[in-house]
Amino acid sequence: MADEVKLYGLDGSPFVCRVKIALNLKKIDYKFVVEDLRNKSADLLKYNPVHKKIPVLLHSGKPISESLVIIEYMDDAWKGAPLLPKDPYEKAQARFWAKFVDDKCIPIVFKAIVSHGEEKDLAEAHEQLQFLENQLNEGKKFFGGDDINLVDISATFIAYWVGAAEEALGLKLVSKDKYPKLTEWCDNYINCQAVKDGLPPREILLGFFKMWFATPNSFVYNEFLNKSS
Amino acid sequence: MGNKSEIKLLGTAASPFANRVQFALNLKSMKYEYIEENLACKSELLIKSNPVHKKVPVLLHADKPPICESQIIVEYLDEIRPDLYQLLPSVSLDRANCRFWAAYIDNKFFPLYEELRQTLNKAGQEAIKEQMIEATQQLEEAFIKSSNGKTYFGGDQVGYLDVILGCFIRWTQHVDELNDFNKFDEVRILELAKWAKCIASHEALKSVTPGKETLESFFGLINIYRPPYK
Repeated sequence: MADEVKLYGLDGSPFVCRVKIALNLKKIDYKFVVEDLRNKSADLLKYNPVHKKIPVLLHSGKPISESLVIIEYMDDAWKGAPLLPKDPYEKAQARFWAKFVDDKCIPIVFKAIVSHGEEKDLAEAHEQLQFLENQLNEGKKFFGGDDINLVDISATFIAYWVGAAEEALGLKLVSKDKYPKLTEWCDNYINCQAVKDGLPPREILLGFFKMWFATPNSFVYNEFLNKSS
Repeated sequence: MGNKSEIKLLGTAASPFANRVQFALNLKSMKYEYIEENLACKSELLIKSNPVHKKVPVLLHADKPPICESQIIVEYLDEIRPDLYQLLPSVSLDRANCRFWAAYIDNKFFPLYEELRQTLNKAGQEAIKEQMIEATQQLEEAFIKSSNGKTYFGGDQVGYLDVILGCFIRWTQHVDELNDFNKFDEVRILELAKWAKCIASHEALKSVTPGKETLESFFGLINIYRPPYK
């Protein structure tokens, strides 16, 4: 079919989840192709030969890789709910914060989780999370204002994965006391229908984190560290 | 763009990321005021303008709050003045391809150079050089597909990827020389080697490319703040 959309990925990946949420927001029908990262499909290797990672979006037979690149492509290619602001200046700011979440926030938060809340990692994680907290000033419901945008989607890991990891680890990183706006944002974000429909069941994440903390050198941990993007 | 001081750019002569933005501004013939930052002693303006990263480049446009991160700045400039030397292609898929390779260049290719600088042991250096060879091979294939037989990634004229990669030519050449390496080996990657010579001599880039002394002095500085350790 000419306009066929396929998404190659895995339920547990927060980067794949970003794309699912974007597809839901745009109300695009797609086929989800589940990948086994220990036995990557010939299609995945063909469509993302450079990184061999998920997610990969296939649109009319053409592949696009890297979750934030995919989301920008989707906003270019499809009408419907805008994922980025129209104004070039606002767009630049949205891109800046999405990149910040990707490059700075998520890696250090992940590191703090992996190190079971080691002091130096925690301090650095808090420093970066505070920038996000500050971005939610002026009573903004979402980073995108009244509606979800690229920045909200980029921070899906913070909204949902971190909570599951915190419970599995018995560690509180994003507390209501320290992050009143961010915790409220988490609640608002994960309760949006388009987001809810894209998130994996919490029990699956809990199960994964509990198992993973018991055996920290597992394969999936290494894949995550190299970023499935 | 009218008034020269309507656009201000905070940068450092030796920074390839600042050079990148200057390259784009020059291609678009957009006037701007350049403010040289001393990264050993960052100005209040820089720290206030980029509190998250405290890095150059930073673009200050009229009375708007600052825009940071060189790729984001270049896309912004292209969006506000697409009529002046358009850098990103019009087709969505081609734009996605540009952004993919831009991410590869900044997240995979260039960090190898920082790693090389910080690695003193020979075995480590050789391993990094192997990765660099692989990375340039990937970029060679990307160039061949993107250029379609023409001079630049953008075709007949300089495009987004030419700007994104072009700004690294001088810097990486400097590191190559220090490490007895040639990433743009003509035998291995003929097309990219030809492209590198071409882009380095483009007036819009050449005019902002730092000289050897500037680079040496800057490397001296980085070696103090982020010394080799491997």
